[in-house]
Amino acid sequence: MQPFRQVTGLVVPLDRANVDTDAIIPKQFLKSIKRSGFGPNLFDEWRYLDIGQPGMDNATRPLNPDFVLNQPRYKGATILLARRNFGCGSSREHAPWALADYGFRAIIAPSYADIFHNNSYKNGLLPVILPESAVDRLFHEAAAFPGFTLTIDLEAQRVHSANGNVGYDFDVDPFRKHCLVNGLDDIGLTLAHADDIRAFEERHFREQPWLA
Amino acid sequence: MPLARTLYDKLFDSHTVRAESDGTSLLYIDRHLVHEVTSPQAYEGLRLAARKPWRTRSIVATADHNTPTTHWHEGIRDPISRTQVETLDDNIRATGARAYFPFRDRRQGIVHVIGPENGATLPGMTVVCGDSHTSTHGAFACLAFGIGTSEVEHVLATQCLIAKKSKSMLVHVDNRLSRGVTAKDLALAIIGRIGTAGGTGYAIEFGGPGIRALSMEGRMTLCNMAIEAGARAGMVAADDVTVDYLRGRPLAPTGADWDRAVAHWRTLHSDAGAHFDATVVVDAHEVVPQVTWGTSPEMVVPVEGRVPDPDREKDPTRREGMERALKYMGLEPNTAITDIRLDKIFIGSCTNSRIEDLRMAAAIARGRRVAPTVRVAMVVPGSGLVKAQAEAEGLDRVFKDAGFEWREPGCSMCLAMNDDRLEPGERCASTSNRNFEGRQGAGGRTHLVSPAMAAAAAITGHFVDVRRQF
Repeated sequence: MQPFRQVTGLVVPLDRANVDTDAIIPKQFLKSIKRSGFGPNLFDEWRYLDIGQPGMDNATRPLNPDFVLNQPRYKGATILLARRNFGCGSSREHAPWALADYGFRAIIAPSYADIFHNNSYKNGLLPVILPESAVDRLFHEAAAFPGFTLTIDLEAQRVHSANGNVGYDFDVDPFRKHCLVNGLDDIGLTLAHADDIRAFEERHFREQPWLA
Repeated sequence: MPLARTLYDKLFDSHTVRAESDGTSLLYIDRHLVHEVTSPQAYEGLRLAARKPWRTRSIVATADHNTPTTHWHEGIRDPISRTQVETLDDNIRATGARAYFPFRDRRQGIVHVIGPENGATLPGMTVVCGDSHTSTHGAFACLAFGIGTSEVEHVLATQCLIAKKSKSMLVHVDNRLSRGVTAKDLALAIIGRIGTAGGTGYAIEFGGPGIRALSMEGRMTLCNMAIEAGARAGMVAADDVTVDYLRGRPLAPTGADWDRAVAHWRTLHSDAGAHFDATVVVDAHEVVPQVTWGTSPEMVVPVEGRVPDPDREKDPTRREGMERALKYMGLEPNTAITDIRLDKIFIGSCTNSRIEDLRMAAAIARGRRVAPTVRVAMVVPGSGLVKAQAEAEGLDRVFKDAGFEWREPGCSMCLAMNDDRLEPGERCASTSNRNFEGRQGAGGRTHLVSPAMAAAAAITGHFVDVRRQF
């Protein structure tokens, strides 16, 4: 996994609570057996005026001009600003795959659904949690200043704007931070404890042989 | 370790391989349920890293999300869906599994239906699957939760997950549900009260007399919907109902192992005085049939209620959410729920496609006819075994005589990955679990209800209070 230390990027505000994974990447795109290529169908039903299907040439589809991602001022954004309970719904990892494939490196929201939150870390997509009041302020800033840019410094656990107007510290689980900063492979880490796992199994199946 | 432990503590602690000082633990996984949508990239990752699955005997697999519910003899016509299902066939053939129920197998079905009915889900297990509704299996006093594809790969490679203990919540249900009120209504009423993020960060245990009185099917429905309250895991203590359900299931223990297992299962409950980080008390007597009106399961009201008015909501984010939901749903504020007319009816999904659900729906449909204004009313059994059982009881005839379509098992229109879907603007009474925008088809409008309420809506063409009219 690509290490994540710091990202500086344009912020796009998505002003809706409870954005679910069906909205992030609709089900018809889950039929792929690959991990990549989901970016053009991120937020498909909001982003396009027609109904998307796998295999379509997305470059020729009619865009919904009202959807925030389609507004020229947010082109090239790498930080998604969102409302509470972002990523609720299904466990589909296609949701963080689509966000990362589109070009997002981080999300800022007051809260996330648990599975989405977990899945994001596994894909080098940092889900920053800030208090509702801070998120409100960032929505105002993003609306007020075209080209509003934030720097997210994971090592320092701090978000600050390029114009110096706002800065917030954020919490992050130390283990997740360690993995992300160093781009560590979880499976490799776990397999370093293979002997512990075997010892556990031996005891577990002796005590509950019906599970073996 | 505290003396009085919750069921969740017992399950988590007994599967902890090792724990770091900050609580980050390696959690051992007993049962890995696998389906075609969230596994191909995990198997591919394993191959690319030249890793082997750790313990294929933990794997029980089936194809469910993509499979058609009609014309099985023609196979899967959509080539992309077919490739995904065949990729699962190939992966299981190459690496192995304890049990595999491929497309068209007699025991194929929705992964959360086939696990329990085959005895692949047993009390005291940790159960994971690349599907958020894995919480269903918690009904058997399991620690069961959904994972993403990276974690599917992690479990394949190591038989473990890296996890930290969640907070614990007790939802205590007093009294019994009244006639015509089901576990689905209870689930929706709880979500209406605590919200879709109310359980975020928690593992929920459902307990109390109202839960003890539920069948395993009802408990599965309730635990299934724990994720719609934001909780990755929902669970119920083991008791006689659990033991009776499991006796004789194909993968359940037998002989002396059965007796030892049952003795262990009897310990799978929260101890008296165990500490919960949050407690919610519900009186089952006060729960009435529920209908969702919006695009989130928390947007729910009693059937005798009305569509709410955003003008009366003070929180601006919430008000905007309500306005957007009403626009999407094509509803006016203050409309009586019983005035909402339906185009389609869907009875099925991992929430409500088990034999008891079908019996409840059939009891309403028996001797009646689907309203002429309803374009399609379909019943999709959760598995081949549920279908066979229903047919043995003559329920298929009841449904067909009433004008319902009787389909082959699968996830079907719950998420509409196959051909079963809503057209833009179509309105559906659905026994599934999510009413998100586009969930059942782009532009489709979903109202979540119980199987009895869905069947009643099919007959009358609009929502009715099943307690009064049937």
